[in-house]
Amino acid sequence: MTTIKDLANKGNLFTQGHRACAGCGGTVILRLLMAAAGKDTVVVGATGCMEVVSTIYPYTAWNVPFLHNAFENSAATASGVESAYRALLKRKKTDKKINFIAFGGDGGTYDIGIQSLSGAMERGHNLLYVCYDNGAYMNTGIQRSSATPMGSSTTTSPAGSVVKGKMQNRKDLTEIMVAHNLKYAAQASLSNWSDFVSKVEKALAVDGPTFINVLSPCPLGWGYDTSLSIELSRLAVETHFWPVYEYEDGKYKINIKPKQVKPLEDFLFKQARFKHLKNEPELVEEIKKSVEEKWNCLLQKESSCK
Amino acid sequence: MSTQKVLMGNHALSWGAVTSRVQVISAYPITPQTQVVELLSEMCTDGTLDAEFIKVESEHSAMAACIGASAAGARTFTATSAQGLALMHEMLHWAVGGRLPVVMGNINRAMAPPWTIWTEQTDSLSQRDTGWLQVYASSNQEVYDSVLMAYKIAENRKVSLPMMIVLDAFFLSHTSENVIMIDQNKADAYLPKYDPEFKLDVKNPHTFGGLTTPDWYMELRYNIQKGMDDSYQVIRDAQSEFKSVFGRDYGMVEEYKCEDADVILVGMATAASTGKESIDILRNKGVKAGLLRIRYFRPFPFEDVRRVLKNAKQILVLDRNLSPGLGGITFQEVKSAMYNEKNKPPIYGFIMGLGGRDITVESITNLFEHAKKNDPQDIIWMEVKK
Repeated sequence: MTTIKDLANKGNLFTQGHRACAGCGGTVILRLLMAAAGKDTVVVGATGCMEVVSTIYPYTAWNVPFLHNAFENSAATASGVESAYRALLKRKKTDKKINFIAFGGDGGTYDIGIQSLSGAMERGHNLLYVCYDNGAYMNTGIQRSSATPMGSSTTTSPAGSVVKGKMQNRKDLTEIMVAHNLKYAAQASLSNWSDFVSKVEKALAVDGPTFINVLSPCPLGWGYDTSLSIELSRLAVETHFWPVYEYEDGKYKINIKPKQVKPLEDFLFKQARFKHLKNEPELVEEIKKSVEEKWNCLLQKESSCK
Repeated sequence: MSTQKVLMGNHALSWGAVTSRVQVISAYPITPQTQVVELLSEMCTDGTLDAEFIKVESEHSAMAACIGASAAGARTFTATSAQGLALMHEMLHWAVGGRLPVVMGNINRAMAPPWTIWTEQTDSLSQRDTGWLQVYASSNQEVYDSVLMAYKIAENRKVSLPMMIVLDAFFLSHTSENVIMIDQNKADAYLPKYDPEFKLDVKNPHTFGGLTTPDWYMELRYNIQKGMDDSYQVIRDAQSEFKSVFGRDYGMVEEYKCEDADVILVGMATAASTGKESIDILRNKGVKAGLLRIRYFRPFPFEDVRRVLKNAKQILVLDRNLSPGLGGITFQEVKSAMYNEKNKPPIYGFIMGLGGRDITVESITNLFEHAKKNDPQDIIWMEVKK
């Protein structure tokens, strides 16, 4: 198992000096991801916070080859990169085992990029797709996406006197990826960094397409103190809001089962995006019900697909 | 003796990709391009072509994957048409900004609605401002030869821009013609292996497509224009080397009986080759007619156009395309090319053959009749039910 010391000694492949906000979850995800992947890796990033903060010309935070090719197509672009390496491998121009990683936020993955992602996964390219899910279009100013949780206030689903934030449930992208018959798909949380790192290692060891969805706390979009990012990640797991699980060779495994499940309010009410729900007990009950249904469904899948 | 094949335009494109030893193909089917990708699929399956073929889920992803593959250092090919080209639009800009020498065949087809599959140039001409080099063919030999030359030009480090080979739907795409095939050894000597200055290399990492502030963006656009400026000479060199090795002579334009001509018709693609017959008929009647076929639309062959047209008494431009609110697109370019000339012949802008309507020898001789009797106008609709 990888220790934190091992990670610290791997060298910075995603370096300091980027322009992300204090407390940004996305950059922690990228740093852990790159520490786990190592230097023989090519990364394709979708337009979004992480691309914008890490690549301001003529500087870069990337110590590996990095390609940004628009918003909706990092998976398609990575499939081209991976195919090129296979073509060059045939001609013996390269003989290394190279990791191919594409990433995007929830906007670039759940919404505008889902077709490109679905296509790349179906075609079976040897690449890992990582979604950093912060639950809205944070780069453009906190607009709702199909990953935005129910009840969340965003600039395009503002909490008003009539409508109380986003009124629809989140799309379950990880299960959509499972439906692509991937050998490996998982959800991870920064509170469980070791679990995330081992998931990256597992995914990259697979010969074929793999997917990891990581909850990405956003102080600006969620509305909380920058020191609380990891605590909110933990609360998301301990309240069942964000199940940490994996789907491997047809089997489900919930990696973290909280011994004592915390009330969902502990997660919700540390964030400004949900503060209006304090006066909406019925809506909170509805959200809780949906979170528990998802959790129970996952438990069932775990026991039936052992 | 050279091998010959009877090839339709679509298959001439596919064979061009084979002769150029493309390494990655990424494409999505669209009528009338489908045969290009079908033949390439067969060739990848039976080993005729040693390439990776990515069968993507859309044209947008087709070009995205080409960009990824080209950035990784592979010679990359795709083909599309009309709606597919329009869907790629965002990525066309991206290939240019990325300075990636992707080569694409585009089968000219009119844009919907109303739904249509027949030829017109509005699809590719709508992409003229993206920064792709564009060459318009009028025979399947030219289609085939253009692919090999396209890689030679696009991959030249002075250019480093993507290039589009454009051919008429059905009139070329589905019409069989005799094509002289290029000897592979000679092709390999003519077109060296693709060796980009920068690529996605784990041993020498670079960041591509980063955020660029106003401090730097303009310089990068300047460099793209410089690539276009430098491409004129690169194209001429590629064409002259092609002539010396393979014997076929291509220019940025094709001139037909222009030297002493009073009236010169300017056109592109198969309509222009039909026009040669009209010129012969007119010449037999004593009219001093000539024809200028524009092959390269980007970069626009200003020098050739001015040289050929400056002594004409009348210039007739035939456009099988329309920029609504403006008129024929070639007409506008020709007019702008002539504006600063001392001798400015009157220029007629004819719109004809939209949506694949036939342009016959007689249709073209009628343009000369019209110009004989009427003053010049920017938009003259021919053979339209008004």
